[in-house]
Amino acid sequence: MGMTITEKILADHAGKDFVEPGELINARLDVVLGNDITAPVAIKEFERLGVDRVYDPDKVVLVPDHFTPNKDIKSAEQAKMVREFARKQNLTNYFEVGRMGIEHCLLPEQGLVLPGDVIIGADSHTCTYGALGAFATGVGSTDMAAGMATGEAWFRVPETIKFVYRGKLNPYVSGKDLILYTIGLIGVDGARYMSMEFTGDTIKSLSMDNRFTMANMAIEAGAKNGIFEPDEITIAYIEKRAKRPYKLYHSDPDAKYAQVIEIDVTKIEPQVAFPHLPENTRPISQVGEVAIDQVVIGSCTNGRIEDLRVAAEIIKGRKVHPNVRLIVLPGTQEIYLQAVREGLVEAIVEAGGAFSTPTCGPCLGGHMGILAKGERAVSTTNRNFVGRMGHPESEVYLASPAVAAASSLLGRIAGPEEVV
Amino acid sequence: MLFEGRVFKFGDDIDTDAIIPARHMNTSEPEELARHCMEDADPEFVNKMEKGDIIVAGKNFGCGSSREHAPIAIKYAGVSCVIAKSYARIFYRNAINIGLPIFECPEAAEAIEEGNRVQVNAGTGVITNVTTGETYQAKAFPEFMQQLIEAGGLMAYVKEKVNSRG
Repeated sequence: MGMTITEKILADHAGKDFVEPGELINARLDVVLGNDITAPVAIKEFERLGVDRVYDPDKVVLVPDHFTPNKDIKSAEQAKMVREFARKQNLTNYFEVGRMGIEHCLLPEQGLVLPGDVIIGADSHTCTYGALGAFATGVGSTDMAAGMATGEAWFRVPETIKFVYRGKLNPYVSGKDLILYTIGLIGVDGARYMSMEFTGDTIKSLSMDNRFTMANMAIEAGAKNGIFEPDEITIAYIEKRAKRPYKLYHSDPDAKYAQVIEIDVTKIEPQVAFPHLPENTRPISQVGEVAIDQVVIGSCTNGRIEDLRVAAEIIKGRKVHPNVRLIVLPGTQEIYLQAVREGLVEAIVEAGGAFSTPTCGPCLGGHMGILAKGERAVSTTNRNFVGRMGHPESEVYLASPAVAAASSLLGRIAGPEEVV
Repeated sequence: MLFEGRVFKFGDDIDTDAIIPARHMNTSEPEELARHCMEDADPEFVNKMEKGDIIVAGKNFGCGSSREHAPIAIKYAGVSCVIAKSYARIFYRNAINIGLPIFECPEAAEAIEEGNRVQVNAGTGVITNVTTGETYQAKAFPEFMQQLIEAGGLMAYVKEKVNSRG
C-alpha cells in the first residue's frame, strides 16, 4: 500500500519502511524551535531534567520575536533568559533583535528548515514549514524541552485530508484567500489531529510565499500539519539557501486518504473571516459596510515580500483613510531591506502608514498596535479570537494583504478592485 | 485518583487566548498565570471558583496557540480536571505533559450543567453528576498516565523513573 508524503517523512525519521495512521512512532528531529514566550518555560523544564547540553547546538533554534524589541521589563527578563541559555549552550542559531525576524518567516529564509525534515516548534504556527515539503508541527514547551534534550519526539501518525485546488485564481485572490475559504468550508476543527495535504493544478503555479501562508494556517483548522509536495518552485527557493542535504518526498499514487476535497478556485473571491473564529468567512462581496479603526499587514502568515509588494502597489500614490491607523510589519530584516530597496516602505510611509521592525507584536495582542474597547481591525494575521489583538470587546477581521491595503484607504472593509 | 468539584461550563472552541490572554504572557510564573485563568471567557472565573472545581466545555477545547501557559493556568488556578466534548491536539498533549487531568466525554459535556457537583474517577473513567445522580463513561487513563499526572507532569515523571533506576 502507498504512503502519503507525511507518512513517508515520519517513517524515514522513525527508521521504518512503512507507517500508517494511528501508529505511534518515535522520530528523529532535524530542528527544535522556541521563541521568547515558549522557550523560557522549556528552559526551566530542560534544567529540571538535569541534562547539561542540548542534543545538537546546530539544531536547536531560538528566536525572540513575540514581545521583542522588549515591550516591558517582564518581557525583557524572558528574552534575557533565552539569550543566556543560547550563549551557555553555544547555539549556532539564536537571532537577536536587528538580525532576527518572525520565526516562521526567518527559518525558511535562512535555509534552516528544508524539504523532508521533521521539525517541532513550541509555537503553533510551526506548521508553516510544510510549504517546503517538510513535516512540521507545533508542540508545547515540555515537548520542546524533551526534544532539546533527546533530539526525538513521539508522534501519532495522522490521517490525511487531501485538498485538490483546480482552476485559475481570480485577480487579487491569494493563498490567504484559499486557506480562509478552506477553513470556512471544514471549520476550525475540520482537520483536528490530521494532516492537510494541499494539491492540484492551482497549487502547482502558486508561489512559495503563498504556500507558506496556506501551510501556516493549517493549525486554524485544527490540523497537526499542512504540507505541499516539493516541486521546481520549492527547489528554486531552497537551493540558494540550503546549507545541508535535503530529501524530496512525494505521495504515492495509491496513498490512502481519510477524505479528498475538491475545490474549484474560479468561484473564490477574496475572503474575510469575521469575529471571532477563522471559520466565519465571507466572500468580499458579502461583507457589507464594516467601518474600521486599524489595519495590520504582517505576521508569520503574511509578512513576506510578496505580501508587502501587493499591499504597497495598492497603497502607492494614495492616502490612508483619516480614521485608520495602518501598521505594516515586515517578517524579517532581509524582507525589511528588500522592501526599502524596492520603494515599498516609501510608498507606505508617504501614504500615512507606520512601518515597524519585525515582531509578532499586535497579532497576539502583545504590543505595537493593541485595540481599545469597541475598536475594529482588518488584519492579515491568523486568529480573530475574542481579545486576540487587545480588549475583549475589540474585533479582528482576517483578510489578505490586498484586502487589508484597500481597507486602509477606504476606512471600511473593501476589496482591492474598489481602489485600483 | 478521584476528583470532585462544582462545575463551570463553557461553550465550543474555547481558544487558548480565552484561557490565558497573551497580554499576561510576559511571565512564565505559574501562580501569576493562574490569576488570569479563563479571563477572556469569564473575567470573574478565578474569583468564583474554588480549589477542586471542574471545567466542562464543548468541542475543540484549547484550540489556537501552542502555549503551555494555558493548561498551566488552569492547573495552578486549582481546577481539578477538565471534561470536554473534544480537545485541540496541542492542548491535549500539553495538558498531559504538565499533569492536568482531562477527560473526553461528549455525553457528559452535553448533559452536565453549570453549578452541578461532579465526581470523576480517573482510574475507571466514570463521571458522576452528584447533583442529578447520572453517570457517564469517559476513557480511563492508562496506568502510566495516572502515574505521570500524580508525579506532576512528564518531566517529573521522567526524572522519577530515571532516579528509581539508580
